[in-house]
Amino acid sequence: MVDAEPMRSPLTTPTGAAAETRLHTAGAASAPSVSDRELPDYRLRFILLILAAFFCIIASFAVGRFSLGISDAVLILLSPAIHFAMSMDVPILGDIVRILLSPLIPVAETWDDAMYSVVWNIRLPRILAALLVGAALSTAGAAYQGMFQNPLVSPDILGASAGAGFGAALAIYFYLGTGAITIFAFAGGLVAVGTAYAVSCLTRGNPTLGMVLAGILVASLFSAATSYIKLVADTNDQLPAITYWLMGSLAGATMGDVYFAGMVIIIGLVPLYLFRWRMNVLTLGEDEAKSMGINTHLLRLIVILCATLVTAVAVSISGIIGWIGLVIPHFCRMIFGYDYRRIIPAAVIMGGGFLLLVDDFARTIATTEVPLGILTAFVGAPIFAYLLMMGGKRS
Amino acid sequence: MSLEISRLSFAYGRRTRLVLDDVSFSVKEGDLLAVLGPNGVGKSTMFRCILGFLRNYRGNIRLNGLDIKTLDHKEIAKHVAYIPQSTHPIFNYTVLDVVLMGLTNQVRLLGTPDQSHIDEAYAAMENLGIAHLRNAGYGEISGGERQLALIARALVQKAKILIMDEPTANLDYGNQFRVMCRISDLARDGYIIILSTHNPDHAFLYANRTLMIYGGRVIAEGTPEDVLDAGLIKDVYGVDVHIEDYQYGSRCHKLCIPIDGGIGKHEW
Repeated sequence: MVDAEPMRSPLTTPTGAAAETRLHTAGAASAPSVSDRELPDYRLRFILLILAAFFCIIASFAVGRFSLGISDAVLILLSPAIHFAMSMDVPILGDIVRILLSPLIPVAETWDDAMYSVVWNIRLPRILAALLVGAALSTAGAAYQGMFQNPLVSPDILGASAGAGFGAALAIYFYLGTGAITIFAFAGGLVAVGTAYAVSCLTRGNPTLGMVLAGILVASLFSAATSYIKLVADTNDQLPAITYWLMGSLAGATMGDVYFAGMVIIIGLVPLYLFRWRMNVLTLGEDEAKSMGINTHLLRLIVILCATLVTAVAVSISGIIGWIGLVIPHFCRMIFGYDYRRIIPAAVIMGGGFLLLVDDFARTIATTEVPLGILTAFVGAPIFAYLLMMGGKRS
Repeated sequence: MSLEISRLSFAYGRRTRLVLDDVSFSVKEGDLLAVLGPNGVGKSTMFRCILGFLRNYRGNIRLNGLDIKTLDHKEIAKHVAYIPQSTHPIFNYTVLDVVLMGLTNQVRLLGTPDQSHIDEAYAAMENLGIAHLRNAGYGEISGGERQLALIARALVQKAKILIMDEPTANLDYGNQFRVMCRISDLARDGYIIILSTHNPDHAFLYANRTLMIYGGRVIAEGTPEDVLDAGLIKDVYGVDVHIEDYQYGSRCHKLCIPIDGGIGKHEW
């Protein structure tokens, strides 16, 4: 038996004042760095982000196999506006425009029809499609991540991509043409998510867990169906078309696609933006959100509906492009915090800009187009690994 | 403001085992009701019924005389606020944002909180002494501060009934004390507080009423001093305790001390 003297190591109190405030604030364990912290200047960050995206857009017109100067591209884009302004009959305004543009007009004569056609008929639809698809996928990803309270969720969690892939494969198998591929893919995505939602309504217990499992179930069912179509498809033309479609590309984007997808994406993104505050509360989970007076059932349905609509339409014009919807929301959170009031607009701008950048690489790094799904994974995976390591360091 | 629960029974799914079996009690302004009972006896289930999360119960829950089955979540949230256990959050909102979420009922359906809401949230945080943490991440502050932030969130909701699921769980000794002091201040200000706890001393120190639940039934109800005795605690928790009167200055209260039964110190 050892006779132990009661031992007590001296406690070092930092300073008298600090100890005093700690007593009043129940904050015994917090580091002083978290108190009275100032928030970063989010407005400045938004301005920088918008500028970067704008620069990406302008530069994208010049990038490609048919090389163009940036100034030419800008002038070609502005030319209808200039012509319109100069053709107006308002006397003074027309003169003003002519005087303002006089240094530019000689330059404006330098392009030929081929350049005009490249900018307006090939690059513009492709750039708009990249912006739309990127914005749609990353916003839908951000919305789903909040709703499922899981930052590792991507927009195809409920089977949207698998359904769209099946729809597109079906349309290719029946030789229905490009327009039908888009429509079939869109419908396939909606049907898949609808099925997943219906199945999840029949499960008992935690609604979000039921939804995730139903999504996995439906996605594997539709991928199996896609595989079967690939098996029976003509190996000369159909199989490559299906395979290439599933890898994702914006090479075939037309203005028709842009109008169709743009309309649906705006219809889907506006409610997500309007419900941005309530989505914050929804991330607390079913019970807490209800206790604050939110109709969680209805809000969840709205989020699913909108996010599915934009995901399905994005996939329908671009094919399956992974990673964007997973990585961009993480990026947004790193730069703009966790508040959906900032995340939704940030995801729209950053997602659009990022996919545009990736698409620029897709059409320039090799002699043939590199499918986007491959590139986003090559770019996305290292970035994601970096983010995970940084996240671990911060917490 | 009143809350009456009468003959409340509940079973999950179609299972015959009742999680809650004929529970009745009522609370009035200024009450701090401590609900005691071992893990899994239905305390949380009872809270979930009162908050309107579970609706297929039998019996009656009346809020100001109105059956809560007839009220939607928005309506219940005006009168009853929920303070869950402070867990580590998945999304690291700032403390101010977390408190602002309590004002969701007053924010327009498609709107966002405006400056008056922010002022209100800030005032509540100042009241609880956490105003300096407004821009700190909710995931970076201590468990005690998180619990205070959740209380601030419930206060801005302007509900008079606060339901707390083990508010001192996972808190260190000092934070347990500080959080419980704030909670008893709120009861003195006229809030109705219903909390679950596993510490009989918390009931003795802060509660004016206590409810002992065992096997889904209320087996004792009344003031902590009348209800909590060594026999009851032995029956419910299987621990031999000694209830001691403790005199400190002019105040006198009881303390619950576990005595040997494999729990005391080893004799070397």
